Amino acid sequence: MSKPLFRLSLVWILGLAPWVASDAQDLSFALTIKDHRFEPSELQVPAGKRFKLVVKNLDPTAEEFESHDLKLEKVIPGGSEANLTVRPLKPGTYKFVGEFHEKTAKGSIVAK
Amino acid sequence: MLATAVIVLREVLEAALVVSIVLAATRGVVGRGAWVTYGIVAGTLGALAVAAFADVLAAAASGLGQEIFNATVLFIAVAMLGWHNVWMTRHGREMAASLASVGTAVRVGDKPLYALSIVITMAVLREGSELVLFLYGIASAGPGQPTELAGGFALGLTAGLMLAVGMYFGLLRVPSKHLFAVTGWMILLLAAGMAAQGAAYLVQADILPALGETIWDTSYLLPDDSVIGRLLHTLVGYTARPYGIQLGFYAVTLTVVLVLTKITPGSTRRPAA
Repeated sequence: MSKPLFRLSLVWILGLAPWVASDAQDLSFALTIKDHRFEPSELQVPAGKRFKLVVKNLDPTAEEFESHDLKLEKVIPGGSEANLTVRPLKPGTYKFVGEFHEKTAKGSIVAK
Repeated sequence: MLATAVIVLREVLEAALVVSIVLAATRGVVGRGAWVTYGIVAGTLGALAVAAFADVLAAAASGLGQEIFNATVLFIAVAMLGWHNVWMTRHGREMAASLASVGTAVRVGDKPLYALSIVITMAVLREGSELVLFLYGIASAGPGQPTELAGGFALGLTAGLMLAVGMYFGLLRVPSKHLFAVTGWMILLLAAGMAAQGAAYLVQADILPALGETIWDTSYLLPDDSVIGRLLHTLVGYTARPYGIQLGFYAVTLTVVLVLTKITPGSTRRPAA
């Protein structure tokens, strides 16, 4: 490995040193995907609290949970579930979609 | 069919732009076509494998496998792009000179084609695996889908290719003397944007702190999922609502690569270190 490349990798390794910030996640909410729709399509959550979002994909094929509002994107293979951490939200409505079936798979999280 | 095409285009856009920038950056280098092809083929095979084992990947690292994988793929690309720019500091002037005088293919030492080939592999791999899963989903949705699938795929892919070709020929209009300076800056911004995106995956996985939830919000002006938003996202790393740490990764990447190119001995006939 040449010198500049070595230096470059070193910077990245140091940059990636995991100083993990993980606090307790007592709150948890669940969403289900079936027939390319979310159930429920609107989820009420408390504002200002971090919570776990469990998304169960009951369809046989994969879906990509995507939300620019929540800054989340994750592929959920068919018949499996994914855990997402939602960071404390300001009051408001946050949209999400299933990117692979955007016409039907859409919903929102309402933080109050 | 149009809906399918739009998603296909979205997924191939980044890889298409990366390939066109790499092709412009390797103008006049013998053997570049083969390396670009290797990159695309390796990325496609990798994408198929990642899609096939999507459930394994999703379950890995206590459910954070996907985020860590995406971040790693992005950081590998960042390192390779940075390495290319450092290399060009040493040899760029010779390359530009021979390109200007000869105007045709020149063999320029060891231009790190493998590095750019890896960049292409990473770009195709990441978006490609999502595309495979999406298409597989349509294919298994039942009869009557083949037209939707084939038509949408062909249309989306063609649109992506046209964008890439347009970008490539646009770049070739840059005078030879300046071409590598232009591609160098584009590659630098590409790298910084990828680093910022990698950081976002690690925030999502809770491995990195956000250091500021929303530094600015331009989603009303230029949403992430608009066409221009997506183009800018790939080319310069635009994000409508960046985390603080994304700006940090962006700035650090820019700085590190620029500093490395400044302290690397210049482009005269010095032997490679």
